[in-house]
Amino acid sequence: MDTSSQRHVVVIGAGIAGMEASAQLQGLGYAVTLLEEQPQTGGNLLTWDRLFPFKRPASEVLGELRSRLGGIHVLTSRRILNIEKLNAQFILTVNDGTVLTADAVLVATGFKPFDAYRKEEYGYGIYDNVFTSVDIERMFREERRILTRSGEVPRRVGFIHCVGSRDEKAGNRYCSKVCCVTAVKQASELKEMYPDCEVFCFYMDLRMFDRHYEQMYLDAQTRYGVTFVRGRLSEAAETIDKRIAIKVEDTLVGKPMKMTVDMLVLMVGMEGRTTQLYNSPTLGLSVGKDRFLNAVDEYTDNNLSRTEGVFLAGTCTGPKHIPEVLADAGAAALRIHRYLCQKA
Amino acid sequence: MKIEGKKRIWSEYQKEIPDDKYFYVRSCIRQSFFPASEVYFLKIMREVLHRDIYENKHHTTCSGIGYHSDVVPFETAMTVVARQFALMTEAGYENYAASCITSFGLYSEIIETWKKFPDVLQKVRDNLYKATGRTFEPPKHLAHASDIIYKVRNEIAARARYRLVNRYTGAPLRVVEHIGCHYAKMFPSKGVGGAEYPYVLTGMVEAWGGEVVDYPERRHCCGFGFRQYFIQANRGYSAANTRKKFESMEPFRPDMIITNCPGCPYFLDRWQYVIAETEGKTYGDNGYGIPVFTYEEVAGLVLGYDPWDLGLQVHQVSVEPLLDKIGIPYDPTRKYAGKDQKDLSHPESPSVLKV
Repeated sequence: MDTSSQRHVVVIGAGIAGMEASAQLQGLGYAVTLLEEQPQTGGNLLTWDRLFPFKRPASEVLGELRSRLGGIHVLTSRRILNIEKLNAQFILTVNDGTVLTADAVLVATGFKPFDAYRKEEYGYGIYDNVFTSVDIERMFREERRILTRSGEVPRRVGFIHCVGSRDEKAGNRYCSKVCCVTAVKQASELKEMYPDCEVFCFYMDLRMFDRHYEQMYLDAQTRYGVTFVRGRLSEAAETIDKRIAIKVEDTLVGKPMKMTVDMLVLMVGMEGRTTQLYNSPTLGLSVGKDRFLNAVDEYTDNNLSRTEGVFLAGTCTGPKHIPEVLADAGAAALRIHRYLCQKA
Repeated sequence: MKIEGKKRIWSEYQKEIPDDKYFYVRSCIRQSFFPASEVYFLKIMREVLHRDIYENKHHTTCSGIGYHSDVVPFETAMTVVARQFALMTEAGYENYAASCITSFGLYSEIIETWKKFPDVLQKVRDNLYKATGRTFEPPKHLAHASDIIYKVRNEIAARARYRLVNRYTGAPLRVVEHIGCHYAKMFPSKGVGGAEYPYVLTGMVEAWGGEVVDYPERRHCCGFGFRQYFIQANRGYSAANTRKKFESMEPFRPDMIITNCPGCPYFLDRWQYVIAETEGKTYGDNGYGIPVFTYEEVAGLVLGYDPWDLGLQVHQVSVEPLLDKIGIPYDPTRKYAGKDQKDLSHPESPSVLKV
C-alpha cells in the first residue's frame, strides 16, 4: 500500500485494548502509531502472573498480542503534551518533541487498580501483612511463592472481595467484575501451593458471570477446600506477632465473627484513570461520575466518543475482562474503519 | 507496622483549629468523674499559655447524653444546642470548644444538618426565638478541647518539667490512646487524623516523650456505650467490652492509657476493679492496674502540677507506680487531703486490685 496516501490512526495506551486495536487497524490497511506512557507495552497485564479461568500465563497472552504489533509504530515512555485539531486532523505533540498527525484517535487508557490505602480501616500500607490482589500476583510472578512479610509460609489467609468496588464510602458504586473470579483463582492457587493453609474468601455475593467461572468456584470449594463466607470486613488490626485480626459478619449465619489471619489479601477493583488527557478540549472526552469515560451510546455506540474522530476502547469505559477488552478493541477498530471510509 | 502509612492518613485529616478565643462548654459528667480536668484545661490555657477561653455559667447540657440514649428527640437537641450557640454569639465569640466528646459529636451532627438543610436551621432559629427571645450564629469553628491541647502540645512540651519517659530505662512510656467514639467515627473529617487512626492524642503523646502502642481492639468502645451501661441489665455487657480491650492490649504491656472522652477514662479505670474482683485478673505490673488519664491530667503532670491537685486520687487504679516511673514527686500523706488539708477519708481497698 502507498504509505503517502495511508490514513494514520494514533492509539493512546498500549495495554491489551490498545495493542489489539492497533493490530486490527493495521490489518485494515491503516498506518498506526501506538503511544504508551510506560517503558513497555502491556498495561496492567504486565503485573499479572496467571489468568482466569484456565490459569494461562499472562506472559503468553502478552506475547501473543505483542507478536501482532509488527509494522506498528510503537512509542513507549511517551506522554502527550498537547492535542489540537486542524481541519479534520488531530495534531499530537509528544514529550520527546515528536509531532504526530492523525486522521483518528483511539483512547485506550485502561484502568488503574483501586488504591487500597483509601479503605483505611483495612490497614493497607500500615499493617505489614495486609496485601492487595496485585501484590499477590507479583509474588506469584516474581517470587513463585507467597510468604508473609517476615518470610514465613502462611497458615491462614483471608481474601476480602469488593475492596473499592460496590462501595459508597470509596465513591465507587460499580462492580469491577473481575475481582470475584480473581479471588477464586488466587485462593485456589494458594491452596495448590500450600494444601495445609486455611483459605477464606469473604464476599458480598459471588459474581461468577462468565462461562467457566462457576466451575472454578466449585473447584475452589470441592477440590481445593477454600472456605467462602458471605460477609463484609469491618476492620483489620495488627496483633503483637504481626498477624491480622479481622472482624467480619457472617451474614448467612447472622453472627459477627473474629479471626486472626497470617495474611489479608484485598481484592482491589478497577478505577478509571483521570489523566490530563481527559481534560483535553480537543478530545472533548466525557468523564462519568465514576471516572470512566462515557460513550455516545452505551448500547449501540460504545466505542464512539462525543468528538468526531475520537474513539474509545477497553477498560477506559468501564470494568471488563480480557475477552471483553479484546472484542471491544476489535469493534473500535471497525468503527474507526467505517469512519475513515466515510471521510474518504 | 509502617508509620509512613499512618502519616499519610494523618496528613489527609488535618482540621483548622483556631489558636485562641474560644467559648468553652463543660461536660455534664466530667466534673464528677475527673474533677480537676476541666479546671486544669482552663488553668493551662489561660495562666500558662495566655489564651482567651471564655465560660458562661448559664450554659446547660447539650442534651447529647439523652439524645444518644433515645430519650431526647433531635429537634429538642438542636434547640438546646442553639441556645448554647446564642450564649456564644452574645459573648462575641465565634470559636466553640466542647469539653465532652458526645457534645462535640452532636454539635458536628447538628451543624452539618443545618448546612445541608437550611430550612431546619430556620425552624430552630424560630423555635429558639419564640422560647427565649435569643438569636444565634453557628460557630465558625468547632473544636473539641483535646483538639486545642493538640494544637498547643509543643508549647506544653516546651514548658514541661517531666516527660513521658521511664526514668529507670530512659525508654519512652508505652501509651495506649483511646479516642471517644463520637470524636470522629461519625464525621472523620472533623477529627485530627480521621476516624481510623486518630492523631489527636498520639500527637500529644509523641510531643511529650511517649510512644503510642497500637493493639487489635484499639477502635473498640470503652464499654460505656450509653445503653450498655445506663440500662442496668446491660452492665455486664459494658464490663465485657472493657475486658475485651484490656485482654487485647495486655500483650503490649502499656504503661498508661490516655483518653479524650468523659466516659472512657471512667469505665476503663473503674471496670479494672470489677474485672479484678470477678475474675481475679489485673493488667498492670505486680497486681496493679493500668492507670487511665484524661489528656488534661497528662498535660498537667508533664507541666509539673501536683498529682493530687489534678484529682488523680479519685482514680480507681493507683497512679503512684507510674508517677514513680516518670519521677514525678508526690506526698502520699496528702492523697486524701481536701483543699483545706482536712482528711477526706480513705476508700476501702479492693481485695484483688492492688492500690
